[in-house]
Amino acid sequence: MKTIKKDKINTVLDFLIKKYQVFGPVQKDDLVVDFGRIQNGAQACLEFSNTNEPAKKLFFPQAETLFSYTGSDAAQVSELKPEKPRIIFGMRPCDAKSLSLLDAVFDGPDYKDPYYIVKRKNTTIFTLACRRPRSNCFCDSLGIGPFSKKDTDVFMADLGDRYVFEPITPGGADILNKIPGLENARPTDAERLKNLRSEAESKVARKVDLDNLPEKLARIFDHPFWDGIHQKCLGCGICTYLCPTCHCFDIVDEQKDDKGRRIRIWDSCSYPTFTLEASGHNPRATGKERMRQRLMHKFRYFVENYGEIACVGCGRCINHCPVGSDLIREIENINNLK
Amino acid sequence: MDLQTKLRQEARKLLEEKLVDVVIGYEDEGAPLRTTPCFITDPQDVDRLVWNPFCDHNLARYLTARKDKAAVVAKGCDTRAIVVLINENQIERKNVNILGMPCGGIVDRKKIYNHLKNGDVREAVLKDKVITVKGLEFTADLMVDDFLADCCLSCRHRNPVLCDVQIGENLPPLDVKDEYKKIKQLEESTSEERWEYFRKTLSKCIRCYACREACPLCYCQQCFTDQNFPAWVGKTTDISDTIVFHIMRAFHTTGRCVDCGACERSCPNNVDIRMLTKKIAKDVKELFGDEAGLQLEEKAPLSFYNEDDPQDFIK
Repeated sequence: MKTIKKDKINTVLDFLIKKYQVFGPVQKDDLVVDFGRIQNGAQACLEFSNTNEPAKKLFFPQAETLFSYTGSDAAQVSELKPEKPRIIFGMRPCDAKSLSLLDAVFDGPDYKDPYYIVKRKNTTIFTLACRRPRSNCFCDSLGIGPFSKKDTDVFMADLGDRYVFEPITPGGADILNKIPGLENARPTDAERLKNLRSEAESKVARKVDLDNLPEKLARIFDHPFWDGIHQKCLGCGICTYLCPTCHCFDIVDEQKDDKGRRIRIWDSCSYPTFTLEASGHNPRATGKERMRQRLMHKFRYFVENYGEIACVGCGRCINHCPVGSDLIREIENINNLK
Repeated sequence: MDLQTKLRQEARKLLEEKLVDVVIGYEDEGAPLRTTPCFITDPQDVDRLVWNPFCDHNLARYLTARKDKAAVVAKGCDTRAIVVLINENQIERKNVNILGMPCGGIVDRKKIYNHLKNGDVREAVLKDKVITVKGLEFTADLMVDDFLADCCLSCRHRNPVLCDVQIGENLPPLDVKDEYKKIKQLEESTSEERWEYFRKTLSKCIRCYACREACPLCYCQQCFTDQNFPAWVGKTTDISDTIVFHIMRAFHTTGRCVDCGACERSCPNNVDIRMLTKKIAKDVKELFGDEAGLQLEEKAPLSFYNEDDPQDFIK
């Protein structure tokens, strides 16, 4: 384990920027911290609870050109060359976990998405342990926890006056070894880390029981419960767009004169157009079917397909729902159904 | 008797006498600084209804999709939206029972988060006009009036403009000092400065359409953004696509927007959506002397022509 004084953290970033494209939390306005490209160390905002938007957009952008074409020529698919290697600095453990869930979709045995994979393979993750879980965080219930060291290359934690760095993968260790100015951690740091971990875990106040949820959902597809749950839902895309694991997309073509491009854009099962067919028929005609789909996908279909729940307990869907829908309460209601 | 008790009484009466099928109101599910819309059909459930400065949604938004008879809890601005919906033949007057609430303004919780330096509010208790907020490391007493939404600070219609039952006495008009202060600043800035402001705030937009969905007057069966043949606007988050979406949506609200602020409050990324609609509302007022949703059978300013309409834009 290595360590550096807090006021020297910019030198670490400035070093990394020379060799890597560095992305990290950046203050967008008084309330919004989001991932952005960091051009100099001072831009990073490491005193935050979590980014407004999850990290998925760095691997699966909201709009991504797949290929472009001119005139009647065959489409030109430019070769996907890795760019300058990337480091995501200061991702929370919940978002890091979400990447392992997205890997199952975009880099699984049956389907390989080259656009996702090239970015993923080109990126080293530095997670920053979360000392500020918020009121709607429930990562604990998903087996993650604010100090999780899984799904990352380098684990970092804020000790108050210093940051500590712990290499998790060989790739992470390589980078860490090259950073100048890091000192060896102090003998007491492990104990301090353990205490901070307990303190952070105690702040994750909300819990949800997910043990029997996939099986329960399999039994209640036609339950009258769904008739009421969607009533207040506006049908906006906040819960899906701000979800670190939601990954549905649409493909659109844009053409002007003889130039065109095919773009992949995020889509949301909350939108009526998501399943609207060319005939005009919509198999998910109302909010009832759409909300059921969202919950079924995260907590049942994903489990059936990939063996894990598609949720990391980050609480963004709860924090930002304009009408105060609360995923945890919805799950509790489902658990309580006869 | 306090307004909340009166509201519950009225709601119970409407449901017991089967005058309405549902009462759409607000309930408190325990999330601090928030209420959530609720749909009450059983008179036994009316005690779930609450009335407080956190009742921020414009519930008129739920009326257009309904075929039954609904009672709706409505603040001044919400009743104006209902008037527009009736005038635009989207709902029938006889199918809506308006529980009108004189409103002293609602709290913009983003202002509270901002004041607390993005502190994590875990508990909030409202007593009279004081909100006691608690986080893990702080406790603070905040005055409701210090955290009212911007649209409430310049509100000229705090009392219901149309209702079946009014809950409580009319409030005196607010002494609005400078309703368009922010808009005037934008108008007086250079086009480069304005562009920079638009770019900065709209680049945060993630095209989730919460603003559109929260707006009671965005009821088009097919929104122009959802059309793909022809595609009127690109679907990416490229700033040009995003700006086109917001400008077109704002144009569509011309002479109709009641400035309830629902669009802005629903935004997850703090985009200044209201500056566009407020600017347009100001223009409509100055050019046509019109404010949306003040009376039934009123024609929308852009739907008819008067000989003395301003024409100096024709060069």
